[in-house]
Amino acid sequence: MHELTLCRHLLARVTRLAREREARAVTHVTVEVGPLSGVVPELLAQAFHVAKRGGAADTATLAIETPPPTVRCPQCGAENVVSPTRLTCPACGACRVDLLRGDGLILKSVDLSLDARPPS
Amino acid sequence: MCGTCGCSTPAPPVQTTANPATPDARDAGRDTVPVMEPLLAENDRQAAHNRAHLDAAGVVCVNLMSSPGAGKTTLLEATIKALGLTWRIGVIEGDLETETDAQRIRKAGAVAHQITTGTACHLDAAMVHRALHHLDLASLDLLVIENVGNLVCPACFDLGQHANAVLLSVPEGDDKPAKYPVMFRAADLVLLTKADLLATVGDFAPETAAAHVRALATGVPVVTLSARRPDSLTPWFHWLATLRETRHASGRKTGNAAARGSDSMAPRSGGPIGARIGVRGQ
Repeated sequence: MHELTLCRHLLARVTRLAREREARAVTHVTVEVGPLSGVVPELLAQAFHVAKRGGAADTATLAIETPPPTVRCPQCGAENVVSPTRLTCPACGACRVDLLRGDGLILKSVDLSLDARPPS
Repeated sequence: MCGTCGCSTPAPPVQTTANPATPDARDAGRDTVPVMEPLLAENDRQAAHNRAHLDAAGVVCVNLMSSPGAGKTTLLEATIKALGLTWRIGVIEGDLETETDAQRIRKAGAVAHQITTGTACHLDAAMVHRALHHLDLASLDLLVIENVGNLVCPACFDLGQHANAVLLSVPEGDDKPAKYPVMFRAADLVLLTKADLLATVGDFAPETAAAHVRALATGVPVVTLSARRPDSLTPWFHWLATLRETRHASGRKTGNAAARGSDSMAPRSGGPIGARIGVRGQ
């Protein structure tokens, strides 16, 4: 439901980056959306498709990486991929674990198209 | 409030580490720029700004979240009735439409400002910042932000609060923490509300709800209460008092949202507080 809001943040950021780099256009955007981020990748993709029109990212494609939740147990040291609804340590059952990946909501990289300049 | 800090003017452009395109990239006609920045970086900056205001005024701030109709406003009315003589309480109400909840809060005896979001399904830090302008923070001890009723979107937006309390009412079912893990993982305290309906509903087991919360690898307290039974509210009041004491004693940032960006799921503010007051898993 809030994916369009997120898209506006995302597009404002990549547009500013394109301006800073004097780019002609944004061609590709890569984001990470973890299952525990609260964002639905499909909805974000749809929102991007709508929100990008007419701006610097008008023709840009969007890649969404969705790494599964990964936890490390400070008690037994095990590292495991887990379900978003069961984050406890699958090895020893400990309920205090460190989440290594899975809740990220990150702009990873932006591809720009640049105007070639003659060497000065 | 912001007359002294200058934040009534638009935020300055975000400083980035990006440099102009390199000559090589320019020759190639394309450039891939690594960014690695939170998508909500702008909201997070605004939230940190809000939190700085609250800290400067010595106000402890709780973000109250739940689905619509879980009893947030009713709990606040009961809280104001019980604590209003000793605590100066302010409430920011978030709803899509109407001033109804703010009127209820004022009638109960506290200061209230209503945010109507129109179609937006959550509050964000900028909305709360504008609302803070309508409140005299220096005259408050506790500020509660009653978020838009929604178990999905509000969990994503840091507002500048010190702690998150998430309500789950008995009629909703005890499986909600498993269905909405993002929201319940964001909680520093889970309140199982409308406990007076436990016998009527019949199939809501507080221990099952607590077990679903535990499965999210969070040790936060889970408290069963009913706003219609004042004696059941004591653990909630105790949690608020402990949060306030902790804030005043340490001045540290607390709350899940305050720690946004950290991957740690190990002890957070709510856990130690809950452990101290012994309300976990009721």
